[in-house]
Amino acid sequence: MSIQILLEHAKVPGIQTLEVYRKQGGYASLDKALKMGPADIVEEVKKSGLRGRGGAGFPTGMKWSFLAKPEGVPRYLVCNADESEPGTFKDRHLMTTIPHLLIEGMIVSSFALGAHDSYIYVRGEMMPQIRILQNAIEECYAAGLLGKNILNSGYDLNLHVHPGGGAYICGEETALLESLEGKRGNPRIKPPFPAVSGLYNCPTVVNNVESIAVTPWIINNGGEAYSKIGIGKSTGTKLISASGHINNPGIYEIEMGLPVEEFIYSDQYCGGIKNGKRLKAVVAGGSSVPILPAHLILKTVNGEPRLMSYESLSDGGFATGTMLGSGGFIVYDEDSCIVRNTWNFTRFYHHESCGQCSPCREGTGWMEKVLHRLEYGHGKMNDIDLLVDVSKKIEGNTICPLGDAAAWPVASAIRHFRDEFEWHVKEPKQALIRNYGLSQDQLVTA
Amino acid sequence: MENTLSTSFSESLTQKIEALKDHYPHGREKSALLPALHLVQAEFGWLSTPSMDSVAHILGIKPIEVYEVATFYTMFHVKPVGKYVLEVCHTSPCCLNGAEDLLKHIQNKLSIQIGETTADGLFTLKTVECLAACGMAPVLQIGPDYTYHEHLTPEKVDALIADLSQKK
Repeated sequence: MSIQILLEHAKVPGIQTLEVYRKQGGYASLDKALKMGPADIVEEVKKSGLRGRGGAGFPTGMKWSFLAKPEGVPRYLVCNADESEPGTFKDRHLMTTIPHLLIEGMIVSSFALGAHDSYIYVRGEMMPQIRILQNAIEECYAAGLLGKNILNSGYDLNLHVHPGGGAYICGEETALLESLEGKRGNPRIKPPFPAVSGLYNCPTVVNNVESIAVTPWIINNGGEAYSKIGIGKSTGTKLISASGHINNPGIYEIEMGLPVEEFIYSDQYCGGIKNGKRLKAVVAGGSSVPILPAHLILKTVNGEPRLMSYESLSDGGFATGTMLGSGGFIVYDEDSCIVRNTWNFTRFYHHESCGQCSPCREGTGWMEKVLHRLEYGHGKMNDIDLLVDVSKKIEGNTICPLGDAAAWPVASAIRHFRDEFEWHVKEPKQALIRNYGLSQDQLVTA
Repeated sequence: MENTLSTSFSESLTQKIEALKDHYPHGREKSALLPALHLVQAEFGWLSTPSMDSVAHILGIKPIEVYEVATFYTMFHVKPVGKYVLEVCHTSPCCLNGAEDLLKHIQNKLSIQIGETTADGLFTLKTVECLAACGMAPVLQIGPDYTYHEHLTPEKVDALIADLSQKK
């Protein structure tokens, strides 16, 4: 197992309690951070090369340095714990197993940003995790780690947990802020960016759970030490949520740069495909990223081994590559139906579209209907190009990235599995009773 | 009129909602809306119009501001539901692990379709999108306390339903 930054102590009995967490060295970073001062903390996070773990991969230190600091105006740190991207379940795991790591990260990050009220926006469905966090926060208030004059530093911070109401769109940062203000989760037009005008029109940083949970390690060990872990511009470790047709589904903390093939087949990780079947496809970074057939997820188009990193997974662009995204790694065996899966994803995006922009609201619905008729034996050959056409008309034409997230799975499925879509039109009766399996191309390379 | 509406809440529920306001800046009490609606739904099982009006009254906002939010978020029931709401995830990773068969099984077992409630008012069956537990697929959650049930099989679901039926 590679270095564990986030989950090192996750299996220690009682680690959810403050007492045990502190015995394992918990909250050491807070002492250090309060002495370092905000500017030095931001500098260390910049040096670490940490990139936002929610999916976009934007450098966290840079995001922090963009925060506007007008006199007399409060600044906010908001943690995005609205984990909803299909295939992703790492934040829920982190909050359940080691809640104080997130809270420690929230305190040091809030101090670095000069925030005195910070919020953790947790997906409403995660009521058990909300209770876990609230208990942990109460422990911190009682121990003087939160509230007024934290550890006699003169720094005050109140930390609040806020439940969502069941809406994927609230994982988008401006929709999340709207939701936190008690409104519908309709994304805002950017600019202004939250760093200038976010929560209550005040400067705000929104960070993913995993990004914030990394900050204590960076403060304890230095940004440079963190930057030496991983590969190239993909520094550090990443939590990967592995699901689908694999022997060992679960959460794995991997060092960036691990070969994809090792991740899928090693017993340390996914343990290979269930029931001895062959690999057909992988969605590597949550449902939004392009699906890749087996040969392209294992190797780049140039024949180099594909690695678990931002750069390697996106090698080849959307023609032959994909994205690391949120690290939601969904594995499909040879019997999986790509058309049905694409329909499933599209139904998800249609359901979750906030309805604000017509291309997304209408386009996701059309794609769902067309995919449904293809899957259920009523498709026509020109439906396939119609889908591509609709996806192109959504992509880039909406306020927030949900439109792109809905378009990419459809476009990539047709790009790589067109023969399977055509087979559904040519052999509709067969398509109702059996799966297409692997394509001729795939059988050659398998 | 507003006063009569707010009295439909117990004193303790009203106090809990009032206490939520402390988490947000003065003048931003509307922020407490989602947590307040969760409290109300946990008490009554669903959000009736009078109860939403009471929330509006306590938070000092217009009733329409509550309705538009309650109807946007999928967790809120604006129509009565069964005592236990079975919410089965039917997004891709759960479907790869048998969620569709599981749904059919529950429909047969309870003799209801998706979206319906059993005649005894005990169970409502719903499908939901990804619950962020894909490694433990297939998954369902049960309101009102939102417990997750993971690695489900038809046998496990039968036991669960039997257990809840006994509790009533």
